[in-house]
Amino acid sequence: MKKQKRIYLDYAATTPVDERVIKAMTPYFGKQFGNTMSFHSAGAKASEAVEKSRKVVADMIYAKESEIIFTSSATESNNLALKGIAFANKEKGKHIIISPIEHDCVLESAKWLEKQGFEITRLSVDSFGLIKPDELENAIRKDTILVSIIHANNEIGTIQDVKRIGEICKKHNVYFHTDASQSFGKIPIDVGRSNIDLLTASSHKIYGPKGAALLYVKTGVTIEPILHGGGHESGLRSSTVNVPAIVGFAKAAEICSKTMAKENERMTALRDRLIAGILQKVKGSHLNGHPTQRLSNNVNVSFPFAEGESLLIELDLAGIEVSTGSACSSRTLAPSHVLLAIGLKPQAAHGSLRISLGRWTTKSEVNYLLDVLPNIVNKFRSISPFKYDERT
Amino acid sequence: MTNVHSYTKKVISHFKHPHNYGKLKRPDGTGEVGNVVCGDVMHLYIKIGKNKQGREIIKDIGFETYGCAAAIATSSVITDLAKNKTLTEALLLQKDDVIKTLKSLPPIKVHCSLLAVDALNEAIHDYFSKHGKPIPKALEEFHKRIEKSKCEIEDRYGEWVGEQRK
Repeated sequence: MKKQKRIYLDYAATTPVDERVIKAMTPYFGKQFGNTMSFHSAGAKASEAVEKSRKVVADMIYAKESEIIFTSSATESNNLALKGIAFANKEKGKHIIISPIEHDCVLESAKWLEKQGFEITRLSVDSFGLIKPDELENAIRKDTILVSIIHANNEIGTIQDVKRIGEICKKHNVYFHTDASQSFGKIPIDVGRSNIDLLTASSHKIYGPKGAALLYVKTGVTIEPILHGGGHESGLRSSTVNVPAIVGFAKAAEICSKTMAKENERMTALRDRLIAGILQKVKGSHLNGHPTQRLSNNVNVSFPFAEGESLLIELDLAGIEVSTGSACSSRTLAPSHVLLAIGLKPQAAHGSLRISLGRWTTKSEVNYLLDVLPNIVNKFRSISPFKYDERT
Repeated sequence: MTNVHSYTKKVISHFKHPHNYGKLKRPDGTGEVGNVVCGDVMHLYIKIGKNKQGREIIKDIGFETYGCAAAIATSSVITDLAKNKTLTEALLLQKDDVIKTLKSLPPIKVHCSLLAVDALNEAIHDYFSKHGKPIPKALEEFHKRIEKSKCEIEDRYGEWVGEQRK
């Protein structure tokens, strides 16, 4: 049997590691295997590689090297941001504000902090997934210590106005953390200009390896570590430093930084072609998230009367890999909290697909998806007891 | 973690080419059930005939399902299992018969097989009640339980159902 060509359109979940990144990492597994904490030459070389990497990623967001803490994942960075700020500032107050469309690692950290006696305010979002600045400003209290709002949403791709959020936080003297896992490397970020005090970024979303991420912590921000030990990363994150992953992360970031403008232009064209094609070819489908204020690689569409997991599997059988917000594909059998937060009814979330493009996505892949998707949606609509009525 | 590879070949085959899908014209009994947790909905239609011994059998069967691969596969299997069975035999079908036919189902998807069995029971109940036939006590009790959960489902899909009736 001929091996089926696979089309990966789930770059928001994770990305393949770029060959150039693999090449940059390779020496640090074998030849340059040193421990950054060792006093000898091998240790020094490892340490130099990490510090060089730190400079690369710091430059990308206009931060100082000393403000970058390397971690193992965005989940770890977000846990450190929320718990670290909460415990270091609990004398000032115990109130934290988040959005309802945060990644699970922020939502769950907040929930855990609630159990430890902290108070969490969850803002609302509009139908595009944008928070309302007035609501944020009204929610800030004397005892508020942190506002954490995701920069670009992982499911619907909506990009928040972080500059506006940063202004509000600065005005009220509250720390502002943003989870930039999906935006770092894809859109320019200037932590100073946007008044961002803490920022999370991840390697495996930008063609770097899994196992590396960062938390930017602005100079002067007080934060408690959650991992105690040998005092790595300025005492804020003890753990033997994962040198190859960090070197790879920096290389990946550097490539993104050099190609960002061009890639965004190319991807936006592909994205808009895909969105227009789907909306035109599949009756009743609608776009979730903001039409323009969205990541250049994110498409999220709902297909009434067709269920998302079925669509996903049929697409997988056709060689196309995407993801869904359907309850059927979740651990809890609950539909996506992001889609519910932007006002979708559970059944609309049930029939949603997220299609995310990447560095190797081509026009012909997009065309192939546009060829097969309408028939697949129609197949499940014909099996469904609910029929799409053209009059509605 | 459940994923594409959690499904057996048998599940994928029924999912890819479901048997007996589609509404039957003028069915003798209809079962409409839904799962309040995940939101899947299944409609099952039966036509009743008689076998050589003069017993009532399910002569024809069709389904319509809105749900995941497991929901579609279990719907397809229940129609295979029930077709040409006497009503007494059909009422004895259990979710484990469905799962056995599919080899296995991921634990989180077992409720889908229950949905298929529920739909069949509801269709038979509907046939009995529409045709003034005596309804077994257990079936009547089961029907009452289903009716209760139905309100929740109708709440959720009311808008869509409304669109159908327009």
